[in-house]
Amino acid sequence: MYNFPDSNGHFGPYGGIYVAETLMGALEELKLAYEKYRQDPEFIAELNFDLKHFVGRPSPIYHAKHLSEHLGGAQIYLKREDLNHTGAHKVNNTIGQALLAKRMGKKRVIAETGAGQHGVATATVAARYGMECVVYMGSADIQRQSPNVFRMKLLGATVVPVESGSKTLKDALNEAMRDWVTNIENTFYIIGTVAGPHPYPMLVRDFNAVVSKEAVVQMPELAGRQPDAVIACVGGGSNAMGVFYSYIDMPGVKLIGVEAGGHGIASGEHAAPLTANSPVGVLHGNKTYLMQDADGQIIETHSISAGLDYPGVGPEHAWLKDSGRAEYVAINDDEALQAFHDLCHLEGIIPALESSHALAHAMKIAPNMDKDKVLLVNLSGRGDKDINTVARLSGIAL
Amino acid sequence: MSRIQTVFEKLKLHKRKALIPFVTAGDPHPKFTVPLLHALVEAGADVIELGVPFSDPMADGPTIQRASERALKHHVGLHHVLDMVSEFRSKDANTPIVLMGYGNPIEAMGWETFARRCEAAGVDGVLTVDFPPEEGHEAFAHLEKHGIDPIFLLAPTSTDARMERVAKQARGYVYYVSLKGVTGAVHLDLSAIKVKIPQLRKRINLPIGVGFGIRDAATALAVAKLCDGVVVGSRIVQEIENSNEQNVVANVRSLVKELRQAVDKA
Repeated sequence: MYNFPDSNGHFGPYGGIYVAETLMGALEELKLAYEKYRQDPEFIAELNFDLKHFVGRPSPIYHAKHLSEHLGGAQIYLKREDLNHTGAHKVNNTIGQALLAKRMGKKRVIAETGAGQHGVATATVAARYGMECVVYMGSADIQRQSPNVFRMKLLGATVVPVESGSKTLKDALNEAMRDWVTNIENTFYIIGTVAGPHPYPMLVRDFNAVVSKEAVVQMPELAGRQPDAVIACVGGGSNAMGVFYSYIDMPGVKLIGVEAGGHGIASGEHAAPLTANSPVGVLHGNKTYLMQDADGQIIETHSISAGLDYPGVGPEHAWLKDSGRAEYVAINDDEALQAFHDLCHLEGIIPALESSHALAHAMKIAPNMDKDKVLLVNLSGRGDKDINTVARLSGIAL
Repeated sequence: MSRIQTVFEKLKLHKRKALIPFVTAGDPHPKFTVPLLHALVEAGADVIELGVPFSDPMADGPTIQRASERALKHHVGLHHVLDMVSEFRSKDANTPIVLMGYGNPIEAMGWETFARRCEAAGVDGVLTVDFPPEEGHEAFAHLEKHGIDPIFLLAPTSTDARMERVAKQARGYVYYVSLKGVTGAVHLDLSAIKVKIPQLRKRINLPIGVGFGIRDAATALAVAKLCDGVVVGSRIVQEIENSNEQNVVANVRSLVKELRQAVDKA
């Protein structure tokens, strides 16, 4: 029985609590609060109520018949996280953390965001539960994801542009950590992915695990059995951990994480530390595979999708790679973009560029599989936020 | 007796408080680092904290972040920092040097190699901001093997249990972070320091330095009265930032002299 992390947040050699002393007390407090409320029937009932009535769970699974026929191999099923309120899986986690914050008496929440999906999901629950909300976002990402920036503002959040470093997700995380250390008494930091110091990788996974808890029930109903493989994109890796989690103890189900290959692994311009076998290092509170130079400085990453543009990866993915339980591959920008267009045309679904990476890998392997094989792709988000990016790449001014 | 211990024993004997300035290695340019270190000593530094540049300095405010960025423009990595210490040490056998930074550059070099090179270069202590005792015990064993003191931070949020935990592993001195926040913040709460220091003394039998938020001679004096040493970082880095190549060493020297005079009134 899979039972990670250990009590100190380690997944084998990965994970842990690598933070400055000022944060140690707050992380301990969070760990204790989570241990208490995760078993509290009232907490669970409130969480489930909002997942159902506010988010719209369970999200359906959809058999992409037309796409599968077009490819001529394995049947592709999509877990429709794109249909959640706010348009992605991120809200599963922000509701959970905001309810924890409420019980811990914290009236102010902060978040980092890359594509803006986590920022929107945080701003949404902050409005829902009456909390002050500040979102840190790299100024490069603000450029790429302007609709989500406006969405956050509509929801009453303050969006703070981060100008340091590469002006992307990792720098937003640095800035959110700095805010947290300064305002630790009244502030709850809602981390959006399965990274950061313990207990974050565990609790973000647990709140997203609702995705695979539903899927293990839905797949037999719809497809008559569990999938041969579950496929999800991996930036930090929260949607992948969510859809993998209930399948980890089912050895017949292959788990495939798809990283952002950018311009190709060989080019060095990517965001695929697992696929590229990057050295292990420490960043943002945990030990994991990390894109860095020989001096241990974090290097700039590249991906067409802001949500995958991150030099590290959740420590649990590092462990699943080493243990051989999951396999990690990379999909390049152009392959992801092609998959984006294909799903639009063949199924009438506009996927997020992040999720398009998972889809592209499914489309790559499906033709070589028998027609009775089944692939489950986590369609982690919808692509409305990406239409400006795709239009620009197609040379179209909106 | 280690260099750090010797310095604090001597200060105690003369009833003086330590002045511990911080500069980032390679800021504003690698050629200034060794001259700046000597200038700090001439101006009255007892111990020097030398920042190792890192791409993602999460615990630092904008001033020290920019110092890291300036150094990284010249690709100043851990190897260079160790070379700079060697060069400094060839002319100064007594002033302790503490390397301060984040864990990843050391992870990349390997802790055993790092500790061996620290010993060879004449480094006296290492403060790794993001390695608490819980995660660092194996790493710190390498340091101890080579006679390097692991220096730890304690914060207003540190519980009694954490103070005791740190007390077990700390050597040299402990660095009390005077506020909740990043380096260079402005709100220094003297009354909170006054309450915390006796609690630390009860549990930790090492000199206590206090830093974060010390902006000028007046705050340096006020803090010096309460502890064994005053750490000044962002204010010095700001002086470097506001100087040009011609006057940077002289400007830093006169600022540190001012701080020295203030600390000596304590």
